[in-house]
Amino acid sequence: MERIRKAFSSPAGISITSSVLAAAGGLLFGLLLLLCFRPASAFTGFLNILTTGFSSPAKLSKVLYQSAPLVLTGLSVGFAFKTGLFNIGATGQYIIGTLCALYTAIIWGFPWWAAMLAAAVGGAVWGSIPGICKALFNVNEVITSIMFNWIALYTIILVFNNTPAILDPVGNRTMNLAAANPGAIIPKWGLDELFGSQYMNISFFIAVAVAAVIYVVLNKTIFGYELKACGSNRDASRYAGINAKRNIILSMVISGALAGIAGAIYYLSGTVQYNLEKNLPSPAMGFNGIPVALLAASHPLGTVFSALFISYIQVGGETLQPTFAKENIDIIISVIIYFSAFAMLTRMLLQRLLSHKKESGSKAVPAAVTAAGAFPGEDKTTDDNASASGAAENEDTGDNTDNESGVSGQ
Amino acid sequence: MTVSQLVSGILASTVIFSVPLMLVALGGMFSERSGTINIALEGIMIIGALSSCLFLNKTNITASHPLLGMSAAILIAAVAGGLFSLLLGFAAINLRADQTIGGTALNILAPALAIQLTWLIQGQGQTVINIKNVRITQAMLGLTASENPGFFENLIFKYLYLTTPVAIVLLIVSIIVLYKTRFGLRLRACGEHPQAADSVGINVYKMRYAGVVISGVLGGIGGLAFTVAAGSGFQSSVAGYGFLALSVMIFGNWKPVNIMLASLFFALFKVIGGYKDYIPFLPKFSNITASENIYSMLPYILTMVVLIFTSRRSRAPKAEGIPYDKGAR
Amino acid sequence: MAKENIDPAREAVENRPGEDYVIEMLNITKEFPGIRANDNVTLRLRRGEIHALLGENGAGKSTLMSVLFGLYQPDGGVIKKNGEVVKINNPNDANDLHIGMVHQHFKLVEVFTVLENIILGVEPTSASFLKKKEARSKVVALSEKYGLKVDPDAYISDITVGMQQRVEILKMLYRDNEILIFDEPTAVLTPQEIDELMEIMRGFKAEGKSILFITHKLNEIMAVADRCTVLRKGRCTGTVDIADTSREELSRMMVGREVSFSVDKAPVEPGDTVLEVCGLCAPSRRSKKNAVTNASFNVRRGEIVCIAGIEGNGQSELVYALTGLGPVSAGSIRLNGEDITRKSIRRRNNAGMAHIPEDRHKDGLILDYTLEQNLVLKKYFMPRFQKGGFIKFEEVRRFADGLIDRFDIRSGQGAVTRARSMSGGNQQKAIVAREIDYNADILIAVQPTRGLDIGAIEYIHKQIVAERDSGKAVLLVSLELDEVMNLSDRIIVIYEGELVGEFRPDEITVQELGLYMAGAKKQKSGGEV
Repeated sequence: MERIRKAFSSPAGISITSSVLAAAGGLLFGLLLLLCFRPASAFTGFLNILTTGFSSPAKLSKVLYQSAPLVLTGLSVGFAFKTGLFNIGATGQYIIGTLCALYTAIIWGFPWWAAMLAAAVGGAVWGSIPGICKALFNVNEVITSIMFNWIALYTIILVFNNTPAILDPVGNRTMNLAAANPGAIIPKWGLDELFGSQYMNISFFIAVAVAAVIYVVLNKTIFGYELKACGSNRDASRYAGINAKRNIILSMVISGALAGIAGAIYYLSGTVQYNLEKNLPSPAMGFNGIPVALLAASHPLGTVFSALFISYIQVGGETLQPTFAKENIDIIISVIIYFSAFAMLTRMLLQRLLSHKKESGSKAVPAAVTAAGAFPGEDKTTDDNASASGAAENEDTGDNTDNESGVSGQ
Repeated sequence: MTVSQLVSGILASTVIFSVPLMLVALGGMFSERSGTINIALEGIMIIGALSSCLFLNKTNITASHPLLGMSAAILIAAVAGGLFSLLLGFAAINLRADQTIGGTALNILAPALAIQLTWLIQGQGQTVINIKNVRITQAMLGLTASENPGFFENLIFKYLYLTTPVAIVLLIVSIIVLYKTRFGLRLRACGEHPQAADSVGINVYKMRYAGVVISGVLGGIGGLAFTVAAGSGFQSSVAGYGFLALSVMIFGNWKPVNIMLASLFFALFKVIGGYKDYIPFLPKFSNITASENIYSMLPYILTMVVLIFTSRRSRAPKAEGIPYDKGAR
Repeated sequence: MAKENIDPAREAVENRPGEDYVIEMLNITKEFPGIRANDNVTLRLRRGEIHALLGENGAGKSTLMSVLFGLYQPDGGVIKKNGEVVKINNPNDANDLHIGMVHQHFKLVEVFTVLENIILGVEPTSASFLKKKEARSKVVALSEKYGLKVDPDAYISDITVGMQQRVEILKMLYRDNEILIFDEPTAVLTPQEIDELMEIMRGFKAEGKSILFITHKLNEIMAVADRCTVLRKGRCTGTVDIADTSREELSRMMVGREVSFSVDKAPVEPGDTVLEVCGLCAPSRRSKKNAVTNASFNVRRGEIVCIAGIEGNGQSELVYALTGLGPVSAGSIRLNGEDITRKSIRRRNNAGMAHIPEDRHKDGLILDYTLEQNLVLKKYFMPRFQKGGFIKFEEVRRFADGLIDRFDIRSGQGAVTRARSMSGGNQQKAIVAREIDYNADILIAVQPTRGLDIGAIEYIHKQIVAERDSGKAVLLVSLELDEVMNLSDRIIVIYEGELVGEFRPDEITVQELGLYMAGAKKQKSGGEV
C-alpha cells in the first residue's frame, strides 16, 4: 500500500526542501529590507515576525483564524494548477463568495452552513465563467480571471450599496453579524474561551477537512486521475477519451467554490465586517492563495502548512507597525512567490544533487535496469531526444557490436 | 455646460486617461512580441509613478521649472520602470521561470514597497505623495488663456500634461521600431519562433531582455501618466490600470495602432460614467446608488465579450510565455 | 569493438598530403547528461564534394552537425577550416566561416514573408532601418540563378513545404555560404521534389560548394554522394567512397549487423470487414480547404492495410477523424457495422478501436505520469481498476507489471518510473503494449517506428504482424516506403487528401508507388473499394 501511494504522488522530500528554501529566502530578504529601512529596529521587528504567532493563545488563535481562508484559497489555486489552469481569479471568486454569504446570512437569515454553501455556489459560478471561456472558446483563463476580479469588485460595491439593510448605519461596511443574524456566525464550540480569543472558531478545522477531501479526490479517485491528466497533457487526455472540456470547467467550478467558501469562512466569523472602501482594489486574502499554493507545490495537505506559515508571518507582521508598514509582509510574500516561480529549477537542481548521490552508491543495481536507462531524474525530457533514446536502446542491439570491425578500416 | 464644452471635456478626459493605457499596453506589446508575457505591468507602473512622484514631491522643481521638472520626472519613471522590469527579465529569461507567477510576485511587491517607502519618506501613516503644478498651461507656452475657451482650446489645454505629447511621440516611434527596423524584425522573430532566430545568430535572450526593458520603460512612464491624470497624488496604487492595459493590448491584437484605438475606446468608457448626467441618451441608473460602478465595470465586460468572439482570430505571438532554452532541441 | 575505434584518432594525427579539406572535424566528443552523443568522431569534408553522413536515429548525426553549426560546443576535439583551427561559438561564427544549414525542422517564422525570413539575422540596413528593396533584388537574382522559385512577398504559412525548403536554401545562398549542410532534407519531399533537390545539390557541387548531406536513406546516398561517413551510437564506423561500396555494406556499417529488410509473415486471409469508411472528408487545421476529401476504404480482419503518402498529405487529419480526435466534415465511419462518425473518442475506443498515435509525446503519453498510470490510460475507469470512483491501486500495479513483463518495457524503477525519464524506444513500447493489450478489433498505428532504432523497429513490426495473425484488422500509416512494402497486405496511396490508388505490395514497385504518392499518377477509381 505504501509503495502504491508513493507511485501516485510526487517526490515529496524535494518539494518540501525547495519550498522551505523559498520561504527562508523570502524571510531573509524581509530582514534585509528592514535593515535598509531602519537598522536600529530591524532585528526586533524581524524577531516579532518570527515569534508573535506563538507568543500567546490569543495570537495563535488569530493565526489559525486567518489561516482558514488562506488554506481554502490556496486549495482553490492549487486545485486549478493540478488541471493546468492558473486561477488568478480566486480573488474575484472570494469576493463573490463573501457577497453571497453575507447577503444570504443578513438578508435571508440563512444559518452559517447554508450561507457557506451559498458562497460555494457563488464562487463556483464565478469560477465557471473563465472555465467555460477556456474550454469552449480557448480564451486564456488568466486574462478572463483578472477581468472577473474587477467585475466582482464592482458587483459587490453595487449590490451592497443598493441593499441598505446589509449595511452598518455607522460606516461604509456590512452589519455586525451578531446583531443581524447570530445564527450565521460559525460555531466556536468553546474554543474561544479555551484560547481566550473571540477569533477562535472551528473554521480552521473546516478548512483542514476540506483539504483532506481535496487530497483524496486528487490522489485516490479516477476523477482526480482525469483532472491531473488534463492538467499535464490535454492532448493525451483527449486521446484517452477523457472529456477535457468538461474537466476544465469542473476544475474551475471546484476551484471557484473553494475560494467562495474562503470568503464565507472569513466574514461569517462574526469578528470582521466587509469594508466597502478598504477593500479596494483587491482583498489580499484572495490573492494570497497564490503564494500558499505555490509554496505547497499545490499539494492539498501541504497547503495547510503553507497557509499556517503565511498567516503566522502576517500576524507577526502586524506588530511591525508603526515602525514599519505591515506591508513588509507582502514584500516577503512576493519574494516567496518570486522564488517559487522558478521552483521547477530549484527542484531540478535538488533532484540532480540527490540523484548523483544515488548513482554513486548504486553499483549493485542489476545490469538490465541500469542499461535500460534511466539515470533517474535526469532531464532527457521532451522532444525526440534522439541521442538519449539511442543510448537507452543500447541493450537491444548491444550483443552485435563486435561483429563488423572489418568495415571501419575503410 | 454647452455642447462644445461637454464634448471637448469628454474628449480631453478620454485622451488623458487613454495615455497611460496606451503607453503601458505598448510596453506589454514589446514584451510579448519578444516572447515574454508581462503580467507585471501594474507593478511596473507603480514603481515608475512612485519614483517620479517622489522626485517631483521632494525637489518641488515644477514650481520653478514646470516643463523641465516634468521631463526629468518622465525620465526617472522610465528608468525606474526599466530597472524594475529587469526582475521579471531575470526570472523569465535567465531562470526560465513561469512568467505569470513571476509577474504576479512583482505585482504584490510593488505596492507593498511603495507603501513602505511612502511611510519612510513622508512619515509614518502617510499614504499620499502629492505632486503639484504639473499641468501645462497656456502661460507656460507663452500663450494667453481665453476667458471663454473654445472647443479646441478646451480639448487641448483642459488636461494637458507633458506625458501626452510624449506618448504620441512614443507611439510613432513604436510603430517605426517594430515594423521598419532591424531591431523590430528580430524582436518579433524571437516572439514567434525563437529557435529560428537563434539559428540565424540572433541572441534570443538579449532580444527578450530588450522587450521586457522597453515594457518597463513604457510602463514606468505610464505609471506617471496615470498619476497625473488621476490628479490626487500618488497613493501606492494605479487602480488596476496595468491590468486594464493588458486587455487593451489583447484588444489591440498586439499591434500599435490598434492598441492606440483600443486605449481611446477603454478610456471613453472609463470617463463617460462621470458625464452620464449631461448626456441625454445614456442610461442614468438614477435609482441605483453608486451607479458609476456600472460604467467602471463595462470595459472589463466588453473585453470579455470581445475575447470570446475574437479568440479564434486573435494572433498572440506564438512563442510568448514559453521560456527559451538554448539547450533544448 | 576495440578494433573499429582505433582509426579515427590516428587518422586525425596523420595528415595526408594532397587532400584539399575544406572542413575537418577531428575527434569530436559531445556529452549530454547521461549520454555521449558524439564519441571521438572525425569527419573530413573535401572541397566541392557531396559528403553524406549516414546513421540511424539517435546515432549522433544531428548533434555532430549542430556542433559544426555552432549550436553546441564540443566537449573534446577540434574543427578546422582550410587547415586552420576555428572556434564556432554560435551560428554567427558559422556564418562568418560560410557554413550554412538547412535544418530538418525548418527554422522559419510563419508570420513573416519569404523575404523577411531570408534576411533575418543579416538584414541590410542603413542607420538600422531595413533596406528591403536591396534585399529583394538580391533574393530575386539568386532565385533565378539557381532555379529556386519563390515569391518573396508570400507568407511562410501560405506556401508549400517544398517552397519552404527552397527558402531555407536561399537563406544559405543569401549569406554566400560555401559549406552547405542539409539535415534530412528529403523526408518532407515528393520523389519529384527529391530529384529536383538532388539536381540543385549537384549544381552547387559544380560551382565548387561543399555539401554535407545527412540522411538515413541509402538510395539517396548512392544516387548523389561522393563519399559517406557512417555513425553508429555516437561513434564513427568509417568513411567510404561511394564508388567502392554497396547498400549492404553501408547498412552493415550503420546498424552493426546484417539487416533483413523483409518481415516474415504468412499469406493474408482476410475475414469480415471491421472498419468501413465512406466518403469521408476532414477539414484542414490550416486553411478552409478539406485536408481529406471523399475517402472511402475498408479494413478487414487479418490484414494490414497501409496508408502511404508523403508527410502532410492528409494522413494526420484522416487518422484524427477516424479516432475522433479531429473533426469530420462529411462522410461516415463504421466500426463493426456500427456508425461511429459522431461518437465520442471513448465510445469509439470501447467499440473496439486501438490507436498508436503519430506523436507519442503529444498524444500518446502523459509524461508526468508514471509508467503504470500511462498503461491504464484507456482503462482506468473500467470496473477492474476502480470501485465507486476510487482507484484500485493494487490492481493497477498487477496489470502494469504484467504488461511490463510481457512487452519487455525497460525503465529505471519499473511501474513507478515517470514516463518522462524513459527512453524513446521504451516509451513507444509502452504505448504499443497498451494498445495491443486493449485487444481492439482494429489497431490504427501511425508511424509506429518513427525515431526508433532498428532493434526497436523490428520488435514493433513483429508485434503488428502478430496482431494481424491473431485476426485483428490493422490500419498502418507510414511515410517509410520500406515499411509500407514490407508490412502491408494492401497499400492505399494518399495524395493531397485524396486516396489515389490501391495496390497489393507484390503488384507495384517502389518507383511506381512514388509516382502515385507524388500525384503524378492516379487510379481511375480513386481508391474506391
